[in-house]
Amino acid sequence: MLHGMTTTRYEAPGTVADALSVMAAHPGAMILAGGTDLLVQYQAGLRTPSAFIDVKRIPELMAIEADASGVTIGAAVAAADICAHPVIRAWWPGLVDGVQLIGSTQIQGRGSLGGNLCNGSPAADATGALIASGAVAHIAAPSGVRTVPVEQFVLAPGKTALAPGELLVSVRLPKPAAHTADAYQRLIPRTEMDIAVASVAVSITLDPSGLCTAARVVIGAVAPTPLLVPEAGAALAGTTLDAAALERAALAASAAARPIDDKRGTVAYRTTVVGVLTKRVAAIALSRAKER
Amino acid sequence: MKLHIDTTLNQEPAEFLCAPDETLLSALRNELGLTGTKEGCGTGDCGACSVLLDGRVVASCLVLAAEVQGRAVTTIEGIASGTTLHPLQTAFLKEAALQCGVCTPGFIVAAKALLDVNLDPTEEQVRYWLAGNLCRCTGYDKIVRAVLDAAANMRSTRA
Ligand SMILES: Cc1cc2nc3c(=O)[nH]c(=O)nc-3n(C[C@H](O)[C@H](O)[C@H](O)COP(=O)(O)OP(=O)(O)OC[C@H]3O[C@@H](n4cnc5c(N)ncnc54)[C@H](O)[C@@H]3O)c2cc1C
Ligand code: FES
Ligand code: FES
Repeated sequence: MLHGMTTTRYEAPGTVADALSVMAAHPGAMILAGGTDLLVQYQAGLRTPSAFIDVKRIPELMAIEADASGVTIGAAVAAADICAHPVIRAWWPGLVDGVQLIGSTQIQGRGSLGGNLCNGSPAADATGALIASGAVAHIAAPSGVRTVPVEQFVLAPGKTALAPGELLVSVRLPKPAAHTADAYQRLIPRTEMDIAVASVAVSITLDPSGLCTAARVVIGAVAPTPLLVPEAGAALAGTTLDAAALERAALAASAAARPIDDKRGTVAYRTTVVGVLTKRVAAIALSRAKER
Repeated sequence: MKLHIDTTLNQEPAEFLCAPDETLLSALRNELGLTGTKEGCGTGDCGACSVLLDGRVVASCLVLAAEVQGRAVTTIEGIASGTTLHPLQTAFLKEAALQCGVCTPGFIVAAKALLDVNLDPTEEQVRYWLAGNLCRCTGYDKIVRAVLDAAANMRSTRA
């Protein structure tokens, strides 16, 4: 036992209903998905749950369901399974860009979208692409199911829209409109295994002539939460993403950034980099959208 | 309170007792006496504790022992067949791909997971796959060469 005084329980319910009742019975319990955030925090003494509720035996949380209007990804599906899914690879390459950055092979085998979202890190690599693609979170509460747009899910570092006793069941991505594509990039000082200094996710929609009709730009690691920047999207809409439009979007992204100074980067560096990334990532999303 | 866990360990049925918050790494080493799996960091960063869980490589320091109820775990002790070393183990010896050896079980288990899905990886694929396995001694080159050699050997014995 890691903390000698506590008696932490382990529960592995098989249904959402059972999970909710176990949560109700153990108010200090925490959900265990891949454990790649939670068990690190537990061993550091930062979390002291009264019980671990392992949700990986609940079929709904472990399934990917694709249909004509989109895909539903169970909250506990491992990153490796998301990145290998043919429909997700085809329709949301930007989500795959982000999910495949989460840790090493060992972490990919365990870490989930639900954990990435619920951990509430401003630098979470999957969250930006979910917001850019207009994903919604399906939440199970004792009173029933509710749906929250992902951009409203993370409220502050480590704080989410989940009320005590609520469970994130899945994330739903609507099928992209015609000539729509996404992309995601982060900046880290090395090639693998690090936390973003800044990140950007973009989704671009074109009309048949190649004019951008809608764009969603999300910045990460430069504010207390991943942030949808409508001004940056507006700078791209109505353009062909020419150099001047990209420059305006970059300025809007930098203006929206409210970064902190830390060992990974200063405020000035992060503010500049998030603008540079905005241009790069928008260009990648544009070239993907043109292929559709 | 200890939990009683039934699992498959290195292809054999196994049972053990663990605390509800005990890691799989701790149960392997302290309850089951399988000390081939090493602890480097305890935080998912180094890969020394790599094991296969239902065939997929995971960091056993970030798995609760209770989670393996009804699942299959393979550790470094289960990689050889009897007294016949796995081609990866032979290649690590031949290439001298280790010095202190603390990282070696993790590298071999992780590399096996790669070769299970891709018997003809490029050097770049090997390096990315093993990015979560740290070695403070070798400089990685010999490790990567050993994995590529083992893959080539396994391809030629299959053909
Ligand atoms: C070595 C290492 C490298 C990493 N690299 C990256 C990286 O590059 N990018 C990145 O973004 N992250 C990284 N991470 C962090 C982590 O791997 C990811 O955030 C991962 O997606 C977390 O998922 P999980 O399933 O392991 O979450 P868990 O640890 O199981 O859970 C995380 C939190 O979410 C809660 N939770 C989980 N699922 C639910 C649910 N369904 N309903 C309600 N609450 C829930 C848990 O209670 C906990 O508070 C890294 C971690 C490690 C150890
Ligand atoms: S001991 Fe598990 S990754 Fe280092
Ligand atoms: S041989 Fe010493 S850490 Fe790799």
